[in-house]
Order: sequence, then structure tokens, then C-alpha cells
Amino acid sequence: MSATTPDQAPDHEAHRVSGGLMDPKQLLESLPDALRKVDPRVMVRNPVMFVVEIGSLLTTYAAIRHSSVFAWVITAWLWLTVVFANLAEAVAEGRGKAQADTLRKTRTDTMARRVVGSWAPGAADVPEEEVAATELHLGDFVVVEAGQIIPGDGDVVEGVASVDESAITGESAPVIRESGGDRSAVTGGTKVLSDRIVVKITSEPGKTFIDRMIALVEGAARQKTPNEIALNILLASLTIVFLLAVVTLQPMAAYAGAEQTIVVLVALLVALIPTTIGALLSAIGIAGMDRLVQRNVLAMSGRAVEAAGDVSTLLLDKTGTITFGNRQAAEFLPVGNVDVNRLADAAQLSSLADETPEGRSIVVLAKEKYGLRARHQGELEHATWIEFTAQTRMSGVDLAEPAGVHATRKGAAGSVATWVRDHGGQADTALDEVVDRISNLGGTPLVVAEKPGAEPARVLGVIYLKDVVKHGIKERFDDLRAMGIKTVMITGDNPLTAAAIADEAGVDDYLAEATPEDKMAMIRQEQAGGKLVAMTGDGTNDAPALAQADVGVAMNTGTSAAKEAGNMVDLDSNPTKLIEIVEIGKQLLITRGALTTFSIANDVAKYFAIIPAMFASVYPGLSHLNIMGLHSPKSAITSAIIFNALIIIGLIPLALRGVRYKPSSASSLLRRNLGVYGVGGLILPFVGIKIIDLIVQFIPGLH
Amino acid sequence: MNPTLAGFLQALLLVAALAASYRPLGDYIARILTGPRHLRVERPLYKLIGVDPAADQTWYAYLRSVLAFSAISVLFLYLFQRIQNHLWLSLGFPAVPAPTAWNTAASFVTNTNWQSYSGEQTMGHLVQMAGLAVQNFLSAAVGIAVVATLIRGFTRTETDRVGNFWVDLTRLLVRLLLPVSLVFAVVLVASGVVENLHAAQTIHTIAGGTQSLPGGPVASQEVIKELGTNGGGFYNANSAHPFENPTAWTNWLEIYLLLVISFALPRTFGRMVGDNRQGYAIVSVMTLYWVVSASLMTFFEWQHHGTALQAAGGAMEGKEVRLGIAASSLFASSTTLTSTGAVNAAHDSLTPLGGGIAVFDMMLGEIAPGGTGSGLYGILVLAIVTVFVAGLMVGRTPEYLGKKLSAREMKFASLYILTTPAIVLIGTGVAMSFKAERAAMLNSGAHGFTEVLYAFTSAANNNGSAFAGLTVTSDWWNTTLGLVMLFGRFLPMVFVLALAGSLARQKPIPSTAGTLHTHDPLFVGMLSGVVLIVVGLTYFPALALGPLAEGLHK
Repeated sequence: MSATTPDQAPDHEAHRVSGGLMDPKQLLESLPDALRKVDPRVMVRNPVMFVVEIGSLLTTYAAIRHSSVFAWVITAWLWLTVVFANLAEAVAEGRGKAQADTLRKTRTDTMARRVVGSWAPGAADVPEEEVAATELHLGDFVVVEAGQIIPGDGDVVEGVASVDESAITGESAPVIRESGGDRSAVTGGTKVLSDRIVVKITSEPGKTFIDRMIALVEGAARQKTPNEIALNILLASLTIVFLLAVVTLQPMAAYAGAEQTIVVLVALLVALIPTTIGALLSAIGIAGMDRLVQRNVLAMSGRAVEAAGDVSTLLLDKTGTITFGNRQAAEFLPVGNVDVNRLADAAQLSSLADETPEGRSIVVLAKEKYGLRARHQGELEHATWIEFTAQTRMSGVDLAEPAGVHATRKGAAGSVATWVRDHGGQADTALDEVVDRISNLGGTPLVVAEKPGAEPARVLGVIYLKDVVKHGIKERFDDLRAMGIKTVMITGDNPLTAAAIADEAGVDDYLAEATPEDKMAMIRQEQAGGKLVAMTGDGTNDAPALAQADVGVAMNTGTSAAKEAGNMVDLDSNPTKLIEIVEIGKQLLITRGALTTFSIANDVAKYFAIIPAMFASVYPGLSHLNIMGLHSPKSAITSAIIFNALIIIGLIPLALRGVRYKPSSASSLLRRNLGVYGVGGLILPFVGIKIIDLIVQFIPGLH
Repeated sequence: MNPTLAGFLQALLLVAALAASYRPLGDYIARILTGPRHLRVERPLYKLIGVDPAADQTWYAYLRSVLAFSAISVLFLYLFQRIQNHLWLSLGFPAVPAPTAWNTAASFVTNTNWQSYSGEQTMGHLVQMAGLAVQNFLSAAVGIAVVATLIRGFTRTETDRVGNFWVDLTRLLVRLLLPVSLVFAVVLVASGVVENLHAAQTIHTIAGGTQSLPGGPVASQEVIKELGTNGGGFYNANSAHPFENPTAWTNWLEIYLLLVISFALPRTFGRMVGDNRQGYAIVSVMTLYWVVSASLMTFFEWQHHGTALQAAGGAMEGKEVRLGIAASSLFASSTTLTSTGAVNAAHDSLTPLGGGIAVFDMMLGEIAPGGTGSGLYGILVLAIVTVFVAGLMVGRTPEYLGKKLSAREMKFASLYILTTPAIVLIGTGVAMSFKAERAAMLNSGAHGFTEVLYAFTSAANNNGSAFAGLTVTSDWWNTTLGLVMLFGRFLPMVFVLALAGSLARQKPIPSTAGTLHTHDPLFVGMLSGVVLIVVGLTYFPALALGPLAEGLHK
């Protein structure tokens, strides 16, 4: 027998948010899209790159009028800068498109069997008509039978069926969908494998879940998020400042006797405005959504992903997130002078016929902690197995031994105590004490007793069953705490049990005997304190709380009401993922900040390349500023522009993957990112421009 | 004592004195801006101007009050100068010509104190006392009042009220500027600064020549000129004039006065937001820039090459021998970093790189420590930009002191940092494009260009110091620089007040371990970097063509 539920808690040590790698082929594949985006009507949405495009047009004009190698090289690289920026966005979108194509395949020309007239539960032989799935409207009833595709999103109102949802979740195991309760939602495009169900359609044509998924992963429904807008404002104002600095430079330069060509002025402008972040900003946003999609989470808006980074309170369901779904044996507590190994042996023996998860966990505990090999029912002869039933609430075995029948029983405290008394023994106060203590800790006590031959029955001890906290979850919460996130455990348990588990798991707070109203009140209370709250939910009664939460992750197994209310859907229905979602949100924001810092820090080196190149001829002293020792004015300006373009390509993988992120405090995150992207952004261009200069100086015409 | 040591000790004593006044003065200003009580002398004033001191204003109403008050001030000051020949104590001077009167009115109301006139040859005592000196008080108080609203933006929550302009103004005048000025005016008089109502007295010197010794209520105006970071001298020579600044001691005291309020305001900020560490972080950045600027300036003035200069022990041209290099450099740095613009030496005669430091100081946006109030709001806006970028790097959308920095806040902060550079660059660019305006330059080449750049930088940043060497008395220069000063003063104020209103409306966000610290050395370093890169780099091409072109030799 193997362990009970598989350990789903993520491995703490190896844990780190990462994204998919970029295939260089993608760059080539996205090129046509990138070229299409050069259209000024598209470019105008990105003010920084629009300025570069206008600049490119100006230099093209200048190069045509006064043709020179320098003018054409600069012009070519300026256009490349524009294309590279578009490429970043196109690659990011391309990754979503592949996903959308797969989804689109499921949205075939399904025919629906619509119920004619009104439908009432239990009605047999309802009249049907064949219509195209696209003609289904809100409130229609359709019949779906084994082998047929469900034509639209809806709720099962009659019947139960196993459904293959691999088209959207990628999970091949079929799931059960049944009328009533929290497992009633079905998604259009999925396939019924068995039985017959009646589905009430809950979406208008073209607005089904799959339609929305396609729009989301393709980025068609993408809108700028609040933080992106704010950053764009800052970038636009920096662009204006530098535009002014360059435009007003001409009269000053003319006075100095060093009037500059259009090509040089445009080159200076493009080098100074924050092109790196301007080019990569939208790719970063799209890639952030994409990283969620790779984890089978669909965010309904970029705003939700951003909010995830800001979350400061996580409401986590106990079951499935913090603890395993079932209680497990944690300890054997002997009563009186019974040896603990003796108790373990009896506990294991009596549980062999108990196929419940709790029963199996006893066998596992006996094996792991006391080295008792799990025995098979078959290897013991003359054994009569008593299986666990809900009525007897006991399991056990009767072994026919020479001294008589040796009976062992394990089960609920009350049932076993009665059994002991019925067989001439007595349950003493020592047992009651242990049982009470376990109950008070929120655990479940199971009593083990035996009746060896003709002797009276006696109690051996108690098995302590408890909610087992997932391995590594406490460390995960410690990480969250370091990030400034408060964790709140939501459970239906009584306060005593909840407190015990909360303490063991290391959550900051808990909500015991939680009702949907309690959850709602908790969210409101946190929000009133200015905090952003994230939660998961699946039931219809979770819907109001999901809608109220700043980040509401609905489980895909949940009802359509829940999915409608939340702003994210987890296709795997794994509540632990909430933590990952928060981390992805943070990673997105960090990437944006890091590349902005990098972009601005780059300017220093570019100044040192271009300014002496422009004016050293009239003011020779300014050649001191040429600290990189660049070959000639033309090679210096060319190198700066080439570096500026290449750095965009070089950073596309980083923009798509996101910067390395390890959960830690704000100070350590800042120190690291400032070191890498601030100081790095200051130094790297000095090195890069110098290297490029060493190469381009050999181009004739750039001497 | 050798001059190096003397200069060093002077600076050290200055730091000690500023450090000593940081806490008490900062806390006192915080009490002025937050206290619920009105003094007995203040109540009748509120009655007189017809305001309810208990009623707070929205940012928009506050702005209207600031603008209306300043507009009336400009108008009043203009008329006052135009009719001075009909008033008492005119010393027989004619009415000030219209362009000069306009320029001067704009200049004094905006706390710039750019002077396109020569005090002792243009203004009578009454205009100096009741016109110019009064504006020195008022404009300084307006600056502090505006920064008070920004601080309230951080401290107040879910309200559209940011304070009452008339109450702030009155309290700052009655409780801060007037009493402090009174005390130090007496100290200045005791130290040899003149204070009388005499006209110029002609005396016969031993050599048989004649000299005209101008009198005037100098000490009373001198003190607020420094304390309010105004900088408009009673005499044309400003603080280089022995009647304004007779000794090394008064020189030291004047530097102290022009720095003291601006350096104490971060404490007010820290105190009001309930976290003194925030104040220390801001004052650290200010101090860093001030120390580096003063050190570099002194270094350049001392180390300038050239035989004559080396023989004199440094670049002594244009400096008062009685004050020396160190005291002149310290003064020049402090005055350009504070929007004061008082001078005790001719900035035109600073070494090229020393002059470059003076221009760069102003280009930073007058934030280290800047003008009274305006310095603090300037650096706070830059702190907001810093937090916006750095905040993202900790994985949260940015927040500063519990307030989110969203699109609206960034719009105003961006406009703020955009305004002054735009005015300086466009102004300089336009002036350089016109042959006629270029003729105002007395020097050719890079130095001439620096003169123009300096003028626009000084006016737009409301500094008011002049590089000199530029004839700015023409109608074009008077009018243009007047406009530049008004835009440079009031456009940023509009954005600061709008920002204050936007912040005050928000609900506070509690601070957690995931929140960016804005009080640690890391943030101080980052803010310093942002100041240098975002502000400094804007002007790099212009600086390269001026001071750098002149100062760097092959």
C-alpha cells in the first residue's frame, strides 16, 4: 500500500517562479507581425516608440537628400529599433496565439439538441430540435448524451455524466458533472463521455468561456493596466523632456559653431528617450498573463494580475491548501502499561480491513514510525476480517489461534468502548482522559482494543487522527510573511480545531466555522484597512466573496456563478496556486520596474558617447568626456544607436520570462534588483558601446 | 590660521549650527502648521480679510487663494514702483520704468529676487521697505504654505481638504518669519549692518576725492532676504557690499540664515507624517548634494590653473578679499542650492567649472535644500518618482507613506519635473536663436552662452542670482524673464497642490514587510541617483556647451 494522498505542497527549496524559455525561432516567426505593427496608426499607442518612428522617417528623408554611409547606417538601425520593439510585442502575443489555435479547434460547428418549449425537471421524452451551437441563447435547454460535445457554457440541471475537459484543462482524466450542488458547471467544447444530461445555457453566443479564453490569450481584449498607464505617463514626460533638450540644443550648437545634422540630433534623441522599457512594456504585460496561462490560470484582466502583486491578505481554504483532504493517523497513544509497539501492531492489524483513507493512514504510520511491515489480508491464515462500515464504525480482525480467537478492534471511541464492555472488559478513566485530550486538540481519537482468547477485552490505546498539514507549507507562509502578506485560514472546523491547525501551519489568522457571510465580512474588514485581498472559491455561495475580493480565483470545477464572479479561473482547481498567482503578479511588477531602471541608467553612457562626438570638434576639451575612447564621432554615435537597438532584442527573453524572483522582504528585493538592473544598467552600455565601436570603426565611411 | 583650515572650520561650524536647529525649528514649524489654536493677534487679521480660520479649503480653493494673493501682490508691487516719486522717502528717484517694474514685481512675488535694477540707484526707501521687503516675507510664507498641503496630502485620508491658505500664511508670518527676523536683524545691526533712513551721503576722502555712501533700512531687509531664501539685495552688490555683509561673521550668519528653514523643513515633514526617519532620509539627500557642491566649488576655485590665479592663492577675481575663497565658495554653493540668489561674489568670475557647479545647483530644481517650502516640495516630488520606479522593483504597485502612486499622481509629478526644464531649455534656445538677444552677452564663446543659460536657469528655478555679464535691462529680457519667473513658480505650485489633493483623497494602505522602506540608506542613495539622472541629464548637452566646454582643456 502506498501513501495516501500525493503530497501536493510545492517543494520549498526548489521553489521559484519561472516562465517558459524563448525559442529563437519565435523571433523569426513573429517578424511578419512585427513589420505589420510599423503602421503609425498602431505605433501611436506607444508614445516612446512613436517618437522613434517619426525620428526614423526624418533620418530617412535626410539620408535621401544627403546620402552618406553614416546617415544610412543610422537610419537602418533606427528602423531596426522600431521593428525590434514590435518584435518583442509580437513574440509575446505569438505565444498566446498558439494556445488560442488549440482552443479554437474545440469550438467547431457543434450542433445542439435544443429542447423545444419549456422544460421541467423530470420531464421525459421532451421534444428536441437540431440547431447550430452559435444560435443558442441564454436560458435555452439542451440535451447532451455520451459521445457528444457540449454546445455551450451552462449548468447541468438534470442527470450526471462524466465529462472530458482536456480541451481546456489539458487534464485527461474525466470529471463528474451533476445537477445541483457545486459541480454543475459545464463548459462548451468539452465532451460528454457517459450518460445523458440536460444543460441550461448560461452564456450568449460568442461570449462563452472558450471565446473569452481565446480573446485573453491572444491579447485581443488587452487593455493597459493602471500601473502601466502611470508608467506610460512618466515615460512620456521623460520623452518630452529629452525631446526639448535635443530640439533646443540646435540653436545652442549653432551659436557654438557646431550646427548638427538632423541625423545626429535624431540619434541623440533616440539614445536618450527610454526606448528599452518603451519597447518592452507591453511584452512584459502580455508575458505576465502568459505565465499564468502556462500554470493553467486564466486571468480575466491584466488589472487582476497587477492586483495579485499588491495582495496583502490571502484567504486560504484549509482543506486542500493547508492540509490534505483527509485526516491522518499522527500518533499512537498507549493506555496503562501497554507497550507502544504492541499498540502499533494491533492498530495496523485491525486497520487492514479498513479501506478508508484514515484506515490506510494508520497502516502507513505503523510502517513509517514503527517499522511494521504492512501485511496483506491474504498472508494471515484463519483470519476473519471485519470491515469498516459506517454503522459499526469499527474494523478489525479475528485470528483463530491455538489459545482461542484473538479479536482486535479499532474504531470510534464510543463504539470500541461499548465493544470492550460487551466482552467483559472495562474502559477506564485513563482512556477517557486521552480521548478528551485529543478531542480538545481538534483531533479524532480512534480506540484500539483486543480480546485475547477467553480473557476479557481490554483497551490498548488510542490512535490520534488529525489534519495533517502539508509538508513545506509552513515555510511557504514564512516566505509570504517576509513579503508582507498575511495568511488567513478559512475552515468549517470549530475554533479549537482551527486554532490547533492554524498554529501548526503557521498562518497568521484563521476564521473558524466560516460561513460565506463570515468570509465576506472578513474581506470587507481587511479592505477597509486598505488591504488587497485574494481568495479562492468554487461554490455558488462563494460568488459574492469572490466578486468582493481584489483577486478572486474560481476553481474550474466550481459553478458558473463562481467563475463569473472571480477575476481568475484556475483550470487545475488547485487552491494552493493562489500563492503562485501572487508571486507571478509580483514578478510582473518587478520586471517592469527593473527594466525601467535599466533603461534610464543606460542614458549616462550614451551621453558620454554622443556629446563629445557632437562637440569635440569645436571645444576640444570635451574629448575628455570620451572616456570610452571611441574611435571617431561617427563610430561613437553609430555604436550608441546599435547598442540601443540590440539591447531591446537582448532583453526580450527577460521581458517574457520575468526577472528572477525569490520571495523575500522588500529591502532585500530592492537591494538585489537595484544592484543588477540599476548598477548593471549604468555599466553595461559602457562596455557594450565600446565593443560595438571596436567593430564598426572598420566600416568605410564611419572613420 | 591658514585659509584652508579656516574655511573648513567655518563649514563645520555651519553644519553644527544647522544640525542644532534641525529639530527645534522643524518641530516648531510642524506645530505652527498643525496646532488647533489661533493666537490673539491672528484672530483680528482673519476678521479683517474675512476668512473663517476653522474652514479648510479643497486643493482647488487653496490654489485659487495662492494665485489670487500672488496676482494682487504683483499688481501692488508694480504700481508701488510706478508711483514711488509721489511717495515719501523716494530719495528723489523717478518712477521705476514699466519693464523693470514688471520684472521686479514678478521677481519678488515669485521668491526669485532677480534684480534687473541697481537698488541704491533705483528704489526709494519706502519701496524697499514696504514693497520689496514685505514681498520677501510673503513669498517665503507662500512656499511653506504650499508644501504644508503636500504633507497634509500624506497625513490626511479620505478628505478633499488640504488646509486653509490664509491661516497657514498668517501663522507662518506671525509665528515664524517675523519673530526670527526681528531677532536676527538686531544681531546684524550689532554686527555692523546699517539700518537708517538716510539718503546717500557724500563724503570727502583724505585723498581729496568724493564718495557717495548710501544709507537705508538694510539690516531689516537683509535678514529676511536670507531667511526667506529671497536674495534680493538692498544694494546692487548684494552681500558683497560691506554695508550688507561687513564681516566674516555676518557672512557666516547669512549663509546660516539662508539655509536654516529649508534644512529644518524635512523635520517638519517627518514630524507631521509621524515618522521622523522620513525627514532624516530627505535631509540626508539634501545634505549630500550641499556638501558635494560646496566642496567641488571650493576645490575648483582654489585649484584653477593659470599663473596669476595661482599667485593669488586661487581665483580671486570677482571675490571680496576680506571674505576669501572658502567663504565665497560656500556662499555661492548655498545660495544657488537654496533658490536664494544672494551673492557675495561675482558668479561671472567664478572659474568655468565653479560657475558650472553654480548653474548645476540651480538645475537640480532647487531641492538641496531649496527655497523655503519649494525645496521640500521639489524633493518630495522627486521622491515620488523614485518610489514609483523603485516600488515596482519590490513587486508591488508603488506607494509612498501609505498612499498609492497611480496614474493621477504620476501625471502631476511628471508635469512638475517637466515644467522647469522645459522653461529653461525653451527660453535659452529661443534667446540663442535671436541675434538681437544674443547681443546682450558681454562675453563671447562658451562663457557668453553660460551667461544666457544661467539667466534662464536662475529665473525659471526662482533662484534670482545673476551670472552677470549679461545686459538684461532690455524690454525683451525684462519681459521674458518676468514671465519665466512666474511660470517657473506657479505652474509647479499648481501641480503640487493638485498632487496634494489627490493624495489626501486616498485611503491609507497599511505598511507591511513587503512595503518599500523610504527611510533607509538604500532609498537615500536611490533618490540621490534619480535627482542626478532624471534632472541632471536633461541639462547635460547644455552644460557641455557652456561650463564644460570652457572648463575642460585639451
